[in-house]
Amino acid sequence: MNSRGLFVVFAFAALLAYPLVGGQFGVDLVNKIMIYAIFALSLELLVGGTGLVCFGQAAFFGIGAYATVLLSPTSEAGSLCILLLASALMAGLYALVVGSLSLRTKGVYFIMVTLAFAQMAYYVVHDTPLGGGTDGIYLNVKPAMGELIDLENPLVMYQFTLAMLVLSFAFLAVLLQSRFGRALAGIRVNEQRMRATGFATYPYKLAAFTVSGTLAGLAGFLFAVKDGFVNPEMMSWHLSGAVLIMIILGGLGHLRGALIGAFAFALLQELFKSEAIFGSLAKHWHLGLGLTIIASVALLPRGLVGVPGQIRERLMGRSSRRAETSEVGHER
Amino acid sequence: MDLGTFLIQCLNSVQYGLLLFLVASGLTLIFGIMGVINLAHGSFYMIGAYLAYALAPVVAGTFGGGFFATLVVGFLLSIVLGYLLEWAFFSFLYEREHLQQVLMTYGLILVFEELRSIMVGDDVHGVEAPALLSGTLPLGEIMTYPVYRLFISGVCLALALGMYLVFTRTRLGMMIRAGSTNREMVQSLGIDIQFLYRVVFAAGVAIAVLAGMVAAPVSSVYPGMGNQVLIICFVVVVIGGIGSIRGALLAAMLIGIVDTFGKVLLPQAAGVLVYVLMALILLWKPDGLFKAG
Repeated sequence: MNSRGLFVVFAFAALLAYPLVGGQFGVDLVNKIMIYAIFALSLELLVGGTGLVCFGQAAFFGIGAYATVLLSPTSEAGSLCILLLASALMAGLYALVVGSLSLRTKGVYFIMVTLAFAQMAYYVVHDTPLGGGTDGIYLNVKPAMGELIDLENPLVMYQFTLAMLVLSFAFLAVLLQSRFGRALAGIRVNEQRMRATGFATYPYKLAAFTVSGTLAGLAGFLFAVKDGFVNPEMMSWHLSGAVLIMIILGGLGHLRGALIGAFAFALLQELFKSEAIFGSLAKHWHLGLGLTIIASVALLPRGLVGVPGQIRERLMGRSSRRAETSEVGHER
Repeated sequence: MDLGTFLIQCLNSVQYGLLLFLVASGLTLIFGIMGVINLAHGSFYMIGAYLAYALAPVVAGTFGGGFFATLVVGFLLSIVLGYLLEWAFFSFLYEREHLQQVLMTYGLILVFEELRSIMVGDDVHGVEAPALLSGTLPLGEIMTYPVYRLFISGVCLALALGMYLVFTRTRLGMMIRAGSTNREMVQSLGIDIQFLYRVVFAAGVAIAVLAGMVAAPVSSVYPGMGNQVLIICFVVVVIGGIGSIRGALLAAMLIGIVDTFGKVLLPQAAGVLVYVLMALILLWKPDGLFKAG
C-alpha cells in the first residue's frame, strides 16, 4: 500500500476512534463534517473526475434531505433502508433530468445552467407550501432499522455516517479505477479525442452526473436525519459554492482532496467563529475565512493535497538551482 | 390588468432591465476581455448602494452636499478601487484556471460583505431621492409614476450609449476589442495589455458601483443585495452570450420584462421564471443569443 492509501486508512481509523476522546460538541461537529465530506466527494466525481464544474450541487443535497422528511411517516420511525434509498434515488432522478438537459452546454454555460436548475429547486421549496416555505420542516421521528440501528443516538448516528463515508469513498475509488472511470478521465483531459476514439461521451457524462447527484442525495439524507430539520437554505447557491470551495481547497483530482477540503473548510469556519480566539471579531468570521481562501489561491494553486509536493519542489528546486549556479556560475 | 397598470409595469421592466444591464455589462466585459469569472461583481453593486448611503453626509459636509455630488465622488472613488483591486488580486489570475478565479472571487465576496458589516452595520437603510427628482408624473387619470425611476432609466441609457461609443469609435475601444481577441498579438504590437486590463476592470467596477448608487433610493440598502444581483446578472450574461454587450442588453431587457410581469401575474412562480427562461434559451441556443468572437 502506498503512502496515500495509508493516509486514507489512517484518517478513517482516526475518525472511528474520535468519539472516544471527543465530547458531545466535537462528535456532533465531526459528524456534520463527515456529511459534508460525502457531499464534497460527490462533487469531486464531477469536477475532479470528469471535468464538469457543477454549480448546483446543493439542489441534489437538498432534494435528498427534503425527500427524507417528506417521505417519513409522521408518528413512527420510518424504515432506514427504504428512506435512504428513496431519498438518494429522488436526488439521482432529478440529477438525471437536469444532467440530460444541461450536458448539452459546455464550460461556463454548464456552470450557469446547473446553477439555474438548482435555483429552480430552491424557489420551489422556498415559495410553495410543499416544503414548509422559508421556515422549513421538522422530521418528527428519525428512521431506524429495527433495534439494530437507532439514529436517535448521536454515537450511532456518527458511526452510521462514518460507514457511509467509507462506503462512498471506496465506491468512488473503485469507480474511478474502472474502465468507466478511465473514460471519465479521458473526457476530462480531452473530450474531442475521446469522441474520435469512438466513445459516445454523452452517456458517460450523464451517468457520472446521475451518480454524483445520487451521492449528494445520500449526504442530504444524512444531514436531514442528523439535524431532524430541513430548510430551503440547504439548496441555496451559497452551499453549492461552499462545497466547490471545499474540493478546490483540498485539491482537485484526488478523492482525499475532498476529505481534506471538507475538514479544512469546516474547521476554518469553526476557528474564525470562536470567540475565545478572535473576540468581538468572531461575529465577522466570514472575513477571516475569505482572507484565508484568497491566500490559499495565491499560495496553493494545487490545493492542500499539493502542499507536500510544493514543499519538496521548493527544497529540491533550491538545491538543484544551487547545483546549477555552481556548475554554470562562471557564465553569469 | 388595465392599460395604466400595464404601462407602469412596462416602465418598471425597462428600468429594472437597464439596471441589470449596467451591472451585467461589466461582468461580461471582464469575462469576455480578461477571461476572468468575477463572482465579486455583485459586491461592487452592493458597495455602490452603501456608498450612496454612507457618503451622502460626508459629501454634504465637505462640498455642501447634493445627491449628484455624491454620485460623482462615489464614481471617482470606485475607479480608484477597481484599479487597486485589479492590481492586488486579479493581475495574477489570468494565467490560472477558471476554478481558481471562482475561488478567489468567492473569498472576495466574503471579505467585502464582512467589511461592509463592520463599517456600516447590518441594518436596512433607505436613501432619499434628490428633491429635484422626487416628484411623480401623472399617467392616465389616477396613476402616477415616480420621476426618479425615469431618471434611473435615463442614466443607464446614457451610460450604455457612452460604452457603445467608446467601444466602436475610439482608439481605446479598438485596443480593448483587439485585446479580447488576441492578447499576445496586441502585446507584441507594443500596447500595454496590463494597463488595458486594469482600465477595463476599473471601468467595470465603476459602472457596477454607479448602478448600485443610482438604484439605492428605489431598492433601499440591505445586506446581501449584491449576491442577489450577481446571480441574476450571471443569468443575463449567459443568456446574452458571454462577452457580448449587445446580447447582455437584450437579455437584461428580457429578464426585466419576465421578472416584473412574473411578479404581477404569477407571484407564486416569480422566482423560478427567470431560471426557466434561461434553461429554455440555453437548450435552444447552447452558447447564448449572441456569441461573441
